[in-house]
Amino acid sequence: MAVQSNFRNMVLCLTAVCLVCSALLAGVYAMTKDPIDKTNAEILRASIGAVLPEGGELSEAKDAEIGGQASEYYVLMRDGSPAAYAVKSTVVGFGGPLALMVGVTTDGIVYNTSVLSHQETPGLGAKCNTDAKFMGQWQGFDTNSKVLAVTKDGGDVDAITASTITSRAYALAVKNAVDFVRSLAGAAPTDGASGASVPAGAPKNDGGQIDE
Amino acid sequence: MEILLIIVSAIFVNNIVLAQFLGICPYLGVSNKLSTATGMSAAVCFVITLATLVTYLLNKYLLLPFGLEFLQTIAFILVIAALVQMVEIVLKKVSPSLYQALGIFLPLITTNCAVLGVAINVVTKEFTFGLPSHMLGLGEAVLYAFATSLGYGLAMVLFAGLREHLALSDVPKAFRGVPIALITVGILAMAFMGFSGIA
Amino acid sequence: MSKFQLITKGLVKDNPTFVLLLGMCPTLATTTSAVNGLSMGLATLFVLVLSNMAISAIAPVVPDKVHIPVYIVVIATFVTILQLLMQAYTPDIYVTLGLFIPLIVVNCIVLGRAEAFACKNSVVDSALDGLGVGIGFTVSLTVIGLVREILGSGSAFGWKFLSGDGMLAFVMAPGAFLVLGYLMVLFNKFIAKK
Repeated sequence: MAVQSNFRNMVLCLTAVCLVCSALLAGVYAMTKDPIDKTNAEILRASIGAVLPEGGELSEAKDAEIGGQASEYYVLMRDGSPAAYAVKSTVVGFGGPLALMVGVTTDGIVYNTSVLSHQETPGLGAKCNTDAKFMGQWQGFDTNSKVLAVTKDGGDVDAITASTITSRAYALAVKNAVDFVRSLAGAAPTDGASGASVPAGAPKNDGGQIDE
Repeated sequence: MEILLIIVSAIFVNNIVLAQFLGICPYLGVSNKLSTATGMSAAVCFVITLATLVTYLLNKYLLLPFGLEFLQTIAFILVIAALVQMVEIVLKKVSPSLYQALGIFLPLITTNCAVLGVAINVVTKEFTFGLPSHMLGLGEAVLYAFATSLGYGLAMVLFAGLREHLALSDVPKAFRGVPIALITVGILAMAFMGFSGIA
Repeated sequence: MSKFQLITKGLVKDNPTFVLLLGMCPTLATTTSAVNGLSMGLATLFVLVLSNMAISAIAPVVPDKVHIPVYIVVIATFVTILQLLMQAYTPDIYVTLGLFIPLIVVNCIVLGRAEAFACKNSVVDSALDGLGVGIGFTVSLTVIGLVREILGSGSAFGWKFLSGDGMLAFVMAPGAFLVLGYLMVLFNKFIAKK
């Protein structure tokens, strides 16, 4: 290497490299900021669109406490009054946080749900995002007549095979969202008994078989 | 309760090597002998905890207030590299005996992705230790880092013990060296999978 | 070494995964499917080529004692650029690969090539070297991902040929170590020159 390693050279070189690199990054950051914001907004809009009926006007994000933690929700307005809500609901799954977008109409019927992020085991709990039978049961789930808990706990939610903990968490997330929408409308929460048996963060394993 | 959860989760359930795949290169590289494995684990433990403390403060009080999150990677790696150098210099002056024991491992640690991985994890990941997701406080962050590095040490020492026995076994030629080591780690990882779902 | 050899040596002779045993962390963590492995490989290839070129260009004016920090800063810059671009245009892949994108900074392949090759060779040769090693890495990751996907989920590149599940252990952590271990055995036995 041609340049001597004296103090002046080292400081000069490091400073120059850091300056050039930071400037370069700042440039790229400025360039990609809009596309990144746009992409994120699109992902969010798609997840909301998937869980709400079509038509009407969607509100901006509103802050709320859902299931005991800071979250947000969106209101779908139709003819000047709220028709449905899209609620972001996060619970503890088997592998980590399980975040859902839950669409609930004002009369307490779940329109649809979608998974925003999860860390469940591939092939087991991760099926909550792929299994047609599990995902399909949420469309039109009437919380007035059905209980939001897995069948093992006396509810009406069919759990994913061998993934009871994930299914319980999913049901709890939906229940939290529905209860929140009910509290907005001033009504009582869903059947208390079903919720009490599913404490967050303390999912029970049912025994010998691999059961998530 | 939450503290216990952080510790158990970081050491066993989400073991940094066996579940998160961080720091594999030194894990395979220096686990030939139990003594070097212990030395490396101690050095990693020290640097991860210190680096997390510094990067956490740097992120919270410098990068976030000025909207410079995009400099995170570059700032963190520089801090870690500088820190490792500093630890080396200080150790050399203050405790030559400890330097003798850890010295050769320190330069390797800069490129140990476990250090950068934990530092980035702490400031970006949403944590849910049975509680609502939130960013960790300073105390929890350091505790998490320390527990994670203990998990690293545990996996390292266990594996080094196994490898010392492996060295004496008659291994087929194509399996010798790294392949059999990887297969051993695979079985070790299977054992650690038994912990999942505890926390 | 001819230009052609520079590009092909990463495949077998200096294969970063099976021969040099570098970059093990992303190799194990991101190969849950062939597509994930391929994306990680291409991300690393991008950083390798650009950082190799930049480093070979600035190497003559970098004082010897600070060359490591300078190289790391250069590499980290390209990694962050990649991170921003992926966030903007390929958000799905960015989320899947997660932490392992910023961790390309400490991937020993990148710093290793800078130290061993780029700082002593011309810009063009360094770019070809980065390309060659990057291709070797990408191919290895894709193969590992493919094997794990076939065994673990009964599909290949997302195309499902088994109706049920595969052997789930192979998509999880232990499977990564086992598949890499056995592939290395096969590599040693049949491909590597004794």
